[in-house]
Amino acid sequence: MSAELILFYLFSTILVVAGFMVITIRNPVKAALFLVLAFIACAGVWILLEAEFLAITLVLVYVGAVMVLFLFVVMMLDINLAPLKEGFTRYLPLGAIIALVIVIEISIVVGPERFGLEQIPAPEPAAADFSNTKELGRLLYVQYVYPFELAAVILLVAIVAAIALTLRPKRHTKFIKIEDQLDVRRNDRVRMVNMPAEKKKSPRRQKQG
Amino acid sequence: MTVALSEFAPLLPEIFILTMACAVLIIDLYLTDKNRHISYLLALATMAGAGIVTYIVMPTTPEIVLAGTFISDQMSAVLKMFVYLITAGVLVYSRQYLVERDLFKGEFYVLVLFAVLGMMVMISGHNMLSIYLGLELLSLCLYALVALQRDSSTAVEAAMKYFVLGALASGMLLYGMSMIYGASGSLDLMEIAEHIKGVQEKDLVLLLGVVFIIVGLAFKLGAVPFHMWVPDVYHGAPTAITLFISTAPKIAGFAIIIRLMADGMGDLQHYWQDFLIVIAVLSLIIGNIIAIAQTNLKRMLAYSTIAHMGFLLLGIIAGTAEGYSAAMFYTIAYAIMGLGAFGMIILLSRAGFEADRLEDFKGLNDRSPWYAFIMLIIMFSMAGVPPALGFWAKLAVLESVVNVGLTWLAIIAVVMSIVGAFYYIRLIKLMYFDKAEDTALIEGTLDLKAILSANGIAILALGIFPGALLAICTNVML
Amino acid sequence: MLEMIDNLLSVFPEIVQTLIWIVLKILAIALPVMGAVAYITLAERKVIGYIQVRIGPNRVGPRGLLQPIADALKLIMKETIIPTDANKVLFIIAPVLAFIPIIASFAVIPFGDGLLLSDIDAGLLYLLAMTSMGVYGIIIAGWASNSKYALLGAIRSAAQIVSYEIAMGFALVCVLMAAGSLNLVDIVEAQSGSLLHWFWIPLFPMFIVYFLSGTAETNRAPFDVAEGESEIVAGFHVEYSSMTFSVFFLAEYSAMIIISLLTALMFLGGWLSPFQGLPYLEEAFAWVPGTVWLLLKTSIFLFLFLWFRATFPRYRYDQIMRLGWKVFIPITIVWIVVLGIAILAGLGPWFD
Repeated sequence: MSAELILFYLFSTILVVAGFMVITIRNPVKAALFLVLAFIACAGVWILLEAEFLAITLVLVYVGAVMVLFLFVVMMLDINLAPLKEGFTRYLPLGAIIALVIVIEISIVVGPERFGLEQIPAPEPAAADFSNTKELGRLLYVQYVYPFELAAVILLVAIVAAIALTLRPKRHTKFIKIEDQLDVRRNDRVRMVNMPAEKKKSPRRQKQG
Repeated sequence: MTVALSEFAPLLPEIFILTMACAVLIIDLYLTDKNRHISYLLALATMAGAGIVTYIVMPTTPEIVLAGTFISDQMSAVLKMFVYLITAGVLVYSRQYLVERDLFKGEFYVLVLFAVLGMMVMISGHNMLSIYLGLELLSLCLYALVALQRDSSTAVEAAMKYFVLGALASGMLLYGMSMIYGASGSLDLMEIAEHIKGVQEKDLVLLLGVVFIIVGLAFKLGAVPFHMWVPDVYHGAPTAITLFISTAPKIAGFAIIIRLMADGMGDLQHYWQDFLIVIAVLSLIIGNIIAIAQTNLKRMLAYSTIAHMGFLLLGIIAGTAEGYSAAMFYTIAYAIMGLGAFGMIILLSRAGFEADRLEDFKGLNDRSPWYAFIMLIIMFSMAGVPPALGFWAKLAVLESVVNVGLTWLAIIAVVMSIVGAFYYIRLIKLMYFDKAEDTALIEGTLDLKAILSANGIAILALGIFPGALLAICTNVML
Repeated sequence: MLEMIDNLLSVFPEIVQTLIWIVLKILAIALPVMGAVAYITLAERKVIGYIQVRIGPNRVGPRGLLQPIADALKLIMKETIIPTDANKVLFIIAPVLAFIPIIASFAVIPFGDGLLLSDIDAGLLYLLAMTSMGVYGIIIAGWASNSKYALLGAIRSAAQIVSYEIAMGFALVCVLMAAGSLNLVDIVEAQSGSLLHWFWIPLFPMFIVYFLSGTAETNRAPFDVAEGESEIVAGFHVEYSSMTFSVFFLAEYSAMIIISLLTALMFLGGWLSPFQGLPYLEEAFAWVPGTVWLLLKTSIFLFLFLWFRATFPRYRYDQIMRLGWKVFIPITIVWIVVLGIAILAGLGPWFD
């Protein structure tokens, strides 16, 4: 057994176990953390497939950004799982049967006799100077430039939609306008008053004098 | 290894719309509520400009550019023109309605423009990836539009249902596409078609892919048994947005069915024909029969849309160029009719009141004979009564089905049309023979009245002289 | 010496040999980093001391040089306190999670020409991924401590890091555009020529944005609201003591080293000599190894970290968010456009 194979089984085992924990564990924060673990294990498997750029992007985007925000929300919300799990046992047999049927059906179609190593042989390992990143860049910006730009437009629409649906124009909370604060000049805040000294002597001084 | 700039020339209409959508997005930021109509005018101008650009770049022979992800042919040009036309109609219809409901915002116009872009991408998609992305772009805009009236619980509920089921449908479609990719090794529709030609025996992977793609498409079109979302969304969304959802996207939906089923998997017709027949027959039966039980006009029109989608599929089932052009004719006719029908609800509605119940149409003839007449034309057209446009649409589809020997299917369609005629004519009876409950004056701005009249006359005129439109549809399918 | 180790190891099977080699290489980087961290803490106290006109630690060893060792010993000897109702496993794991990504990111740092552990093509991206993972340690620490101050600190920190990561990522995009590569060795080599060829000139705004975002990312003053002792005691590590606390400490200072190293590599020409291209001076300084130049440049930024801390008052939280979203991100986006034009125009001497 080569080192690569050992690593593959290690990462896949972690991936499967973490994935299973995500859906079975009770605490939502822990579930989210197991999802992070699953992503990292998945990135490991991808690196073994020589897709290092995608693997790093997976970690960067999902682990570094998406799951942080997700965890953020989960921590702040007090999720009561009891009502969510209501009826779980009642629907379990039906759900399990349907899931089983789907798994069997799909495995009949996409089983090894159609997508096995004989039909689709493993690609040759790339040479050491092969740049995964360059290759992906070429695909994205030359061959798939149109879908790539479309994906960007979809993200723009998502931003517009999210803001349109959540931004309330009238806000009753008071907040600081930093621009105004920065624009403040000395003369707006401080007024120099020239006060002449009082001429009349105080009575006590008179006594002394 | 670069992309030549000339390859982007056929994309000019898309680039124009995208630029204008971004321009509206930015310009709108600097507008006050008083001159918000600038966004509206810009959106209208965009539709007109896009029409001109599309006409200029319209090719005589199909052009496939950008590594096969984009196709520009006559069908795409014609369909895009109709999308602009219908969308411009939607914009004019909806202005007053939006103002009265505090929805007259720049986001509406931005999202509509992006939705138009999505439809154009679908219409010109020649790669499963671009088709899927176009569909997602369109769907995302529609979800947001439905939820735009965010203080209305029905609208938000409708948006939620639409979003969840839409996401499910996208998943199905993607899964099917991945199967086809697995079997053929390509996302390009032409290469898929070539691969399928070479396949001799039954390929389970292809079959599964086709099944999932059809399920996904049926979901998006709202055909039975994947129609559950249609009535709720049509009913829950603000009427101006229902108007949009129910018309222009159907044209784009037709286009991707043609691209995927006919262009990409035309040689798998024996796989998908039976499957589509079941969907079409169920849509015709369930759509028409349940529509009878509705008391809400928007729901009734939703079920009638389901039935119309069944009819549209009949043309596809025929699998001939004649059938495809009939289906195209039907789609365009349906979009024009749907525009008029929902437009009428907008005309009768006013601030704080939705004229979406059947009773609201009682005695319309007494209140306004002219609009009652226009509604009469629309309803006759939907029911397929000559000489309205809908009659020719139904006739063309039935003819193509009979020509491929599926006479029994044509008979079911005719019977169901007769069942359907019942509820269209019931509305006409309400308008002409019942006493009005609501005697409020029909207000509505001049532009709204003008476009509604034009819409009604167009249905009648195209019904009397259907030759030109039929010829266009036949020519582009050759 | 390397050959000697190789001979010693040849008794083991090959797979064990590679493993031992990897561990040795890691130690060769990790141990000096630990030492550097220890002495940065001393430097910090001394520098801030002199800035505030006092002497700083001077009791342990000559001129206080043994102070960090005394500190480390003290931390190790103390009792590790685990709060009641804290999530024990996560509470212990959190500091490790904060530390591992930082130390892992040293793997792709070239300390000199060809002097690096792993020469991967997507090095810059890997660094970005690793630094963004450091936030988990803080979030988990805040949540597992079962303390409201810790949770508040964790939430502040998470929001801050995610916000500044965008500006940081865009700054890195500028670097990779200018160098035409994600590989750190290539990035340094692209700056070869002279002091004026270094990227700090064409990417000057990015240079500033990157370093300030790095300061925010490491939760250092003046962006240290995650600790904010005047408001939330000590933020996410309020419940930590002894070794668990010192690992957080290690993570923070190692992150400072990483940010300084990267700024030096990406904007100040890494191991390239500042006298490159100058007559006489170049030859006169040719004997200085590149690593020394790199470490000198790194020290400048490490000193800046300390200087900031002694100089600036802490930002208010909304001001931090405003700076990140409304100032840095627009600047970076504009600069990407400017840079694109400059590269297209072949602006010399950087892009011709």
